[in-house]
Amino acid sequence: MIAELGLLALIIAFCTAVVLGIVPLYGSTQRHSICIAVARPAAWVQLVFVSIAYGCLTYAFLDNDFSVSYVAHNSNSKLPLLYKISGVWGAHEGSLLLWVLILSGWTGAVTIFSRTVPEEMIAKVLGILGLVSTGFLSFILFTSNPFARQFPPVTEGRDLNPLLQDPGLAIHPPMLYLGYVGFSVVFAFAIAALITGRLDMAWARWSRPWTTTAWSFLTVGIALGSWWAYYELGWGGWWFWDPVENASFMPWLMGTALIHSLAATEKRGVFKAWTVLLAVFAFSLSLLGTFLVRSGVLTSVHAFASDPERGLFILIFLIIVVGGSLTLYAWRAPGIRSVPGFNPVSREGALLINNVLLVTTTATVLLGTLYPLFIDALGLGKISVGPPYFNTIFIPLTVPLVIAMGFGALCRWKKDTFARLRADLSILLLASLVAGGIWPLAMNHYSFAAASAGTLGCWAVFTAVRGLWIRATPGRRWRGLVQTPRSYWGMTLAHSGIGIFVIGVAFTTIYSMEKDLSMAPGDRISVGRYEYQFDGVQNLPGPNYVAQTGTVIVSRDGRTMARLSPQRRRYLVQQMPMTEAGIQAGFWGDFYVSLGERLDDSGRWAVRVHYKAFIRWIWLGALLMAAGGLLAASDRRYRSVVRLPTREPAPQTAPDLTG
Amino acid sequence: MRSGQLAFLSTAFAVVLFFSAGITTPPVHAVLEPLKFDSSSQESRYKALIAELRCLVCQNQNLADSNAELARDLRLLTHNMILSGSSDTEIVQFMVSRYGDFVLYRPPFKPSTALLWLAPLLFLSVGCFVLFRIFRSRKNVSPSIVPPTQRARVRKLMRDDHST
Repeated sequence: MIAELGLLALIIAFCTAVVLGIVPLYGSTQRHSICIAVARPAAWVQLVFVSIAYGCLTYAFLDNDFSVSYVAHNSNSKLPLLYKISGVWGAHEGSLLLWVLILSGWTGAVTIFSRTVPEEMIAKVLGILGLVSTGFLSFILFTSNPFARQFPPVTEGRDLNPLLQDPGLAIHPPMLYLGYVGFSVVFAFAIAALITGRLDMAWARWSRPWTTTAWSFLTVGIALGSWWAYYELGWGGWWFWDPVENASFMPWLMGTALIHSLAATEKRGVFKAWTVLLAVFAFSLSLLGTFLVRSGVLTSVHAFASDPERGLFILIFLIIVVGGSLTLYAWRAPGIRSVPGFNPVSREGALLINNVLLVTTTATVLLGTLYPLFIDALGLGKISVGPPYFNTIFIPLTVPLVIAMGFGALCRWKKDTFARLRADLSILLLASLVAGGIWPLAMNHYSFAAASAGTLGCWAVFTAVRGLWIRATPGRRWRGLVQTPRSYWGMTLAHSGIGIFVIGVAFTTIYSMEKDLSMAPGDRISVGRYEYQFDGVQNLPGPNYVAQTGTVIVSRDGRTMARLSPQRRRYLVQQMPMTEAGIQAGFWGDFYVSLGERLDDSGRWAVRVHYKAFIRWIWLGALLMAAGGLLAASDRRYRSVVRLPTREPAPQTAPDLTG
Repeated sequence: MRSGQLAFLSTAFAVVLFFSAGITTPPVHAVLEPLKFDSSSQESRYKALIAELRCLVCQNQNLADSNAELARDLRLLTHNMILSGSSDTEIVQFMVSRYGDFVLYRPPFKPSTALLWLAPLLFLSVGCFVLFRIFRSRKNVSPSIVPPTQRARVRKLMRDDHST
């Protein structure tokens, strides 16, 4: 009964989305005020009914309703509560429902947070979001119904994929989707502006907080995925350039380019046509990511053939979105003018360099991800494109990007000179060189690669902090810092995050140690300055698995540093073996141990022992970027026109010249 | 399809083992093998090699990270070849001759992959070219430098540039 209710709610939501996609768009072109007024209520009705449908599916999970096929395939009566809730998005049908729920949520958010935007514009934006919802809701209803019953019903479910039974991965998809889907709002604003032909600075200002918020969620989502891979897959890696990872990384790169291009468009009225194009691409890459992951076209060509309907549906949807937007763009772009001039040495110039490098990187990742497919389709054989390729291309493109970033943060808009910047830049460069050069001395061996990366990372952090310092007017610095707008603080945080990330990546790669060992209880082995002692393995039962838990004590000079419990689990329903690494996290490095197999009857086990230097800096950097993004999106000036009477009066701020 | 592929690969592997004189049959007991090396340079060569070779029966994993039996066998094969004095190139060539380019995560440079390796350079050159043009056309910060008779032309140039 509940499942049927859910399906009914989904059908009503679909009909509402169709209305939302047609009526307000018609109304705004015909200046028909009643049709325009339909937009906001329709957006809310859609959100309510998608929420009901989502609630019904969650209820079916909590209720162990195994007559619902999707629940039977992805749950089990012994599954812990958290994973029953997260199991809703554990597979194809449910994750699409989550996608639509988040899309409806963003649509609802647009009705609330865009009171400064004219009603006609909002009607267009909501209408375009309605069209996107129509596409996804029809995808669910026609190819991927999560409420389908199965006959005869089964008494017990097949359990959630054990890989997904983990808190990190439970919240990874919602974060990722908040980012992916958030770009649909930016896309809708861009298309609405293209329809009206008014790509002004106001449009850029409306788009900025949405872009930055979506980007921040995407950053958190990707970081969570990487963290999960690190501790769950048991081999201590944090990024593998897997097609599924690339699918989320491409919209992130494009979104990063878009954030910077939007800044120039809003502040100086330049790059308008380019910014629109980036907005279209960021959303298209989000859709492409969904297509690649959901159709199964990437992991195996045969999986695509086994379910061509779904893949084909998203592919057609993608073609309509990209084709339609580009046609509209080709029609409108010649009329777009970005008149103001600027010097190559200026913030606009630095932002252009940023865009060229980021777009080149995105295009390369896209090419590398799809190339094996093309080659296979053309009958030229099977090839693999993996980490060695991506690292070879990615690193040379990232280094100039970080250099340009530090330079751009200190540049003035419109016109600047090297002569003015020379003093600042040379001191900062010297400081970075010294700090980066000295740092590896504190490590167990000197590495010039580490020194270079340290210099680059310090350059990013130092220039970002220096920019903030200059921004706070001289003479009254502390007050100046308080009065510096949040968007500038956000930029400083995010740029520092890049620096910390760079250092984390390089130092993890260079200074991590690992050993594959065969250990009997009581054996000791030293890895670097640390001693690892193996204390044998015990059997422990879990809620829906049995586990063999090893004990490893890490000590340094006789002092115990950590007690690790690596596990091998066997999940009872799917009979799937899983490894759980034993990890003790630390600011300077992690102790990381994974348990292999038992080698003989005397209790000798295969053990992989790691010391992962600076690994936390990778995610710390990503979190700083996300925090910076959210801080920037909450800047007062995006809400400035609203000025609700209940809000306290804004303190006098210095005229905003740089942020 | 999958099982057929698997059968082919295991046959191929058996053939490999048969014809590789001096390579001992690997012991079948551990996923993480505690291996012995003569020198640390051998060990780092081993680690670099198994990180760049693909496990052929997995979704998308290298030999180093895979728990599959084939991956373990290929790891031990790599280990034995290193100990018996084969160079990295020889080991890679050996793998490619058995399993094709698919086994390499670093695609070799050849006609069918030329675009893959050269495209990033191409993208970057196009980007730099556009960048250069924009810099040149937008350079006139204060319009008063331009004589009034030329302003229309400048504006047209900037417009043209932007629409490309």
